[in-house]
Amino acid sequence: MKRFAALSALLLFYSFAHAQDAPAVVVKRDVSPANTEDARMKILEQQVRTLAGEVAILRSELAELRETKSPERSSGPQVLLASARPEPGMLSPSPQPAAAQVVQTQTFGGASGNAKLLNPDISLIGDFIGTAGRNNVSPSPSLEMHESEVGLQAIIDPYARADAFVSFGETGVNVEEAYVTFTSLPAGLLLKVGKKRADFGKVNTIHNHALPFIDRPLVTNNLVGGEDGIDDAGFFLSRFLPAPKNWFLEGSAEVLRGDSAEVFQASRRQDVSVVGHLRAYRDLTESTNLDFGLSYARGHNNNGSNFLTNLYSGDATLRWKPLRRAIYNSFLFRTELVWSARDQFSAALPSLLQTEHAFGMYSSAEYRVNRRWTVGGRFDRSGHATDARLTDSGVSGILTYWPSEFSQIRGQYRFGHLATTPTDFSNANEFLFQFLFVMGAHGAHPF
Amino acid sequence: MPRLLTKTRFITIAASVALVFALLDPLMGSADSKIRIMTATTDLASLAQEIGGDKVDVESVARGYQDPHFVDPKPSFLLKLSKAELLIVVGLELEIGWLPPLITQSSNPRIQVGAPGYFDASRFARILELPTGQVTRAEGDVHPLGNPHYWLDPDNALRIAKGIQNKISEMRPNDAAYFAERYDAFAQRLKQSDQQWQAQMKPYAGRKVVTYHRSWPNFAEHFGLNVVGYVEPRPGIPPSPQHTVELIGQMKRDAVKVIMVEPYFDLKTPNSIARDTGAVVVVLMPSVGGEKEITDYFKLFDYDIAKLKKALDETH
Repeated sequence: MKRFAALSALLLFYSFAHAQDAPAVVVKRDVSPANTEDARMKILEQQVRTLAGEVAILRSELAELRETKSPERSSGPQVLLASARPEPGMLSPSPQPAAAQVVQTQTFGGASGNAKLLNPDISLIGDFIGTAGRNNVSPSPSLEMHESEVGLQAIIDPYARADAFVSFGETGVNVEEAYVTFTSLPAGLLLKVGKKRADFGKVNTIHNHALPFIDRPLVTNNLVGGEDGIDDAGFFLSRFLPAPKNWFLEGSAEVLRGDSAEVFQASRRQDVSVVGHLRAYRDLTESTNLDFGLSYARGHNNNGSNFLTNLYSGDATLRWKPLRRAIYNSFLFRTELVWSARDQFSAALPSLLQTEHAFGMYSSAEYRVNRRWTVGGRFDRSGHATDARLTDSGVSGILTYWPSEFSQIRGQYRFGHLATTPTDFSNANEFLFQFLFVMGAHGAHPF
Repeated sequence: MPRLLTKTRFITIAASVALVFALLDPLMGSADSKIRIMTATTDLASLAQEIGGDKVDVESVARGYQDPHFVDPKPSFLLKLSKAELLIVVGLELEIGWLPPLITQSSNPRIQVGAPGYFDASRFARILELPTGQVTRAEGDVHPLGNPHYWLDPDNALRIAKGIQNKISEMRPNDAAYFAERYDAFAQRLKQSDQQWQAQMKPYAGRKVVTYHRSWPNFAEHFGLNVVGYVEPRPGIPPSPQHTVELIGQMKRDAVKVIMVEPYFDLKTPNSIARDTGAVVVVLMPSVGGEKEITDYFKLFDYDIAKLKKALDETH
């Protein structure tokens, strides 16, 4: 370990020394563009000679260190350095203009040491949404910078990592998620502590910018607390479960404060909510897989501590992505069903208590046509949590264009058949468009 | 009727759930004699197998014909990762889009970043294309830590193999002599093979080629090829008509006759460039397992060099 540290330190020094040399070349080239080729060769030769000298010094220093630190294993890393021959060919004065920025040089281990230091991975995802058309029930602004989500992610110590996502929206700042994950617990347990989107179904766990559609399905809005969904502070414990061959089973148990948008509300400290989730996954072939989930959530609602809301959900996903053509074609079908049982005062007789049972679902499909285009469609149907007689339904079609992996431009047509009373409906015809862009750290893709 | 759920009941529920989880058959491996190794790519798996012999069980997450930048973090990998004692990664942010969540969710303390069972092969390899100026994504999906396709250089394979030998000897000191012996045999075989490969490629030294993605800098340097352009306008950006026209012009000027393409890219653009320039498109495998017959690191070079030689001969 010490030997390695010494080696890294030397390499760091070496790369630093070299980094100081490199700009000098550029400057000189800029000053005298006339006799470029010869001058450049000479400079490069000179550079190689200085470097050769430096490497020789470093090697002798390293050999000394190695002899003092661990004489018995000196044969090992010597191979590592066997190619550290500073011959002129090494620098390969590459003729291609594209390589002007890129110095081909002798390095073991890349620049990871000095490139990042101890900063967390920082990213910002911009989510701009525009809406045109008619919607009398739940209108949204014509143009909005819907969200700018800042992500900070880092390893905390040998036992934990942390992830924080703070979203700056039109109305204020919201800590969407901020949690620490303990990765070194015994018995295969994984514990997350902080504020997090609960593992209730699929769409509840997905951040806005990672959704396959611009909006969330009606069932999220009507039964699971709207855009933020079940997103609360608490403990999130999960573990793989013993499963039949070729199956993957995972169970999660979560205890939350009990405040989640419109779905749960804690009037007292005791009013915590719980979420349980069971996931079953199976690879059918190397390119096709099935993913099932069962979820349960229980919490107190805005009527008071004695009023509970129970949510049950089942989801199923079929994915197809041929490995050889993964960046060009893929298909995903998903359906999610949610049942809500909410204690409330009866609408007819306010002195009477009742449990309102509502059901909602959506089915969606996405197909990646080629590297830059994705098409998708969704069918929605959902009752209202407070009045199951009001049932909304809708269909959407979406087209996504990917200029690169780091931006998306999307257009979505959405038709809604929205209930205003149990018998009256208002039709909404809307066209939504969205621009998404990612700055900074290359986040992992959700699966 | 609304029910009252007391605080104590919640605590009981939470505690019993935790207890049930804790009592379920723990996946922590017993002292199995074989070292369970997971690798990010098949090439690293092949190297680990060479050194570990029958004292290791090796499996790769990515397949050889898969683009290693884009791998789905499927839960089925989690089970394997949860039991692994050693995880060998390519590093340099090649796997940044899929490996971090797998490592975290594996809930395996042994393979977390920085743990003794986390082995970053790039720390042993010679890395090319280290950006020196400002790094921005105007250059596409650049790798700020250098080009991560470094394994296509037998010298790097040797260095990584040495690193693996040291690591697994640390883990199983009793087998250290066995691993040392296997490393020596591997090194000797690789040096011999490399001499043959070099000899085969010698007649083509300095030949100009175009590649689809920047996957081949170490390979090209090792075998004296001169990569003068790329089908992608920028790394990770699909071919554009304007860039394709420019590339065709450049290939005609420089008399470039070979286009090297990775197996996971579309051949439409390379084929149309080839038609316009009289060049040959050759699909080379960047990884072990890209084709059925490429079962190890040696066969990878045998395959690629045979195909490349044929293409270079055809267009001489």
